[in-house]
Amino acid sequence: MRMNIFRQEFNMRLRSVIIWSAAMLAMLFVFTSLFTAFAPDAELLNEMMSKFPEALLTAFGMNGVNLATILGYFSFIFLFVQVCLAIQAANYGFGLVSVEEREWTADFLLAKPVGRPQILTSKLLAALSGLLITDIVVWVSSFAFIQLFKGDRTYDTQTLVLLLLSIVPFQLFFLAVGLVVSLLMKRIRSVTPYAMALGFGMYFLSVFGDMLGESVLEKITPFRHFDAQYIIQHDAYDMPLVLISVAVILVSLVGSYVLYTRRNIPAVV
Amino acid sequence: MNVIEANHLTKYYGKSRGIVDVSFQVNEGEIFGFIGPNGAGKSTTIRLFLSLIYPTSGSATIFGKDCIKYGPELRQDIGYLPSDVFYYERMKVIDLLKYSASFYARDCTQRMHELADLMELELHRRIEDLSYGNKKKVGIVQGLLHQPKLLLLDEPTAGLDPLMQRKFFQLIQEENRRGVTVFFSSHILGEVQRMCSRVAIIKEGRIIEIADIRTLQQNNYKKVQVEGSNLNAAYFDLPGVTNLEHSNGAIRFFYKGDINTLTRAIGGITLSNVTIEEPTLEEIFMHYYE
Repeated sequence: MRMNIFRQEFNMRLRSVIIWSAAMLAMLFVFTSLFTAFAPDAELLNEMMSKFPEALLTAFGMNGVNLATILGYFSFIFLFVQVCLAIQAANYGFGLVSVEEREWTADFLLAKPVGRPQILTSKLLAALSGLLITDIVVWVSSFAFIQLFKGDRTYDTQTLVLLLLSIVPFQLFFLAVGLVVSLLMKRIRSVTPYAMALGFGMYFLSVFGDMLGESVLEKITPFRHFDAQYIIQHDAYDMPLVLISVAVILVSLVGSYVLYTRRNIPAVV
Repeated sequence: MNVIEANHLTKYYGKSRGIVDVSFQVNEGEIFGFIGPNGAGKSTTIRLFLSLIYPTSGSATIFGKDCIKYGPELRQDIGYLPSDVFYYERMKVIDLLKYSASFYARDCTQRMHELADLMELELHRRIEDLSYGNKKKVGIVQGLLHQPKLLLLDEPTAGLDPLMQRKFFQLIQEENRRGVTVFFSSHILGEVQRMCSRVAIIKEGRIIEIADIRTLQQNNYKKVQVEGSNLNAAYFDLPGVTNLEHSNGAIRFFYKGDINTLTRAIGGITLSNVTIEEPTLEEIFMHYYE
């Protein structure tokens, strides 16, 4: 790890981290605050929802959601936070080394007396620190807003902690996969479409996998691996699925180091 | 000692050619010119030395060590100025230079300010606000601030105004007097002739000549064009004249030999215009094939 590269990378990404964190904080505030409106009629709402077509409920991840409990409600809105986290992490993953190649600054960095593994490690740690800041904002605001808007209802703190901690490997999945895909490609012109495609793509896979009852699809998307409802209902992770995520992360990271050290840095023609 | 040794370096980008079987040595303390037209493989060669790219076959050593295996260590003593300079647009010049300096073991602060003063660089401007020439100056300062023992300059003068070019050449010559070895790629023959002791000429990825600069100068062709009415091409068929052609009222030819013979011949007839210039590199190359 090289402190100077870390600092440079961290500073360059700080603005984006603040914007993403603020957006998620605002979203959590608005959605959690709505619980005070739902809560008094929650039983009615549950009954009404049971009359909706199953496919519709599944599409919004509301199948089996118990809106009457604060965590049940939270598990539903948490899906939107996950989508944001996925796109943010994928964005950092895809951009980690490709941005320097697109803007031709890679020549500057790689002509310095540092080895490529060190560069990649420093960049990865800087991106992880950015994601960690977002995590802390999500964690603190989730707790604060639930506390603020739960009314007279109670919840299990340990379950909530379990749910909130799941976002770390969840982000790592998108960061690592984004990185390795970017290194498999010659050039990435714009990072955002790729990040959106990976983030939303995985989300839709989880939704359609659910609707079609296709069990193979759900095996590959972290939206399934870290399904909020499962965690809330079982008070535990769906371990075999979580291990798939962990395996994908490890393979992607190892692959990234191998690909990056062997990479031919493109030049302006 | 050979500072750079290229041994049968070959680089293909997929199927397209980078360089083929390039071998040469650069001695310690010399200014070595590397000339060739655009796309001949000059940048490819330099980028191989920096292990920005990896050779398809062959190898290179710098200071006697393999340039891939010992890359990070070797780059402590290498200064690199790319042909196209790109830096982090949102940074200020001073922050970029400090970031650059932070990679090197030695303290570069003093040298950095000396160089910035010399190149008249405004340190508190943002990179994105700089003109191309000013970015190039940033490149020069960041390439020299750690007092490298080897300079790899890839078409360093492109984008610099003539005054800055002169300052830059003085700077390079000063560095060279201190013992710095310079590897200098260019497609401008004049500046190479002025600066370098030896040159390698590369064309379509292959080295076609490695020569002492004096030898090259003896082969110094002039490109001559005369215009006027009722010109007779045969009049200029002197010894040393080649590629003589007559079209659109103008006569063009190459001349190699005593320049006075040529000026007397030109002075002997009535002309409306005359130009005598250095041949372009491509034209020199043509003579290499003759």
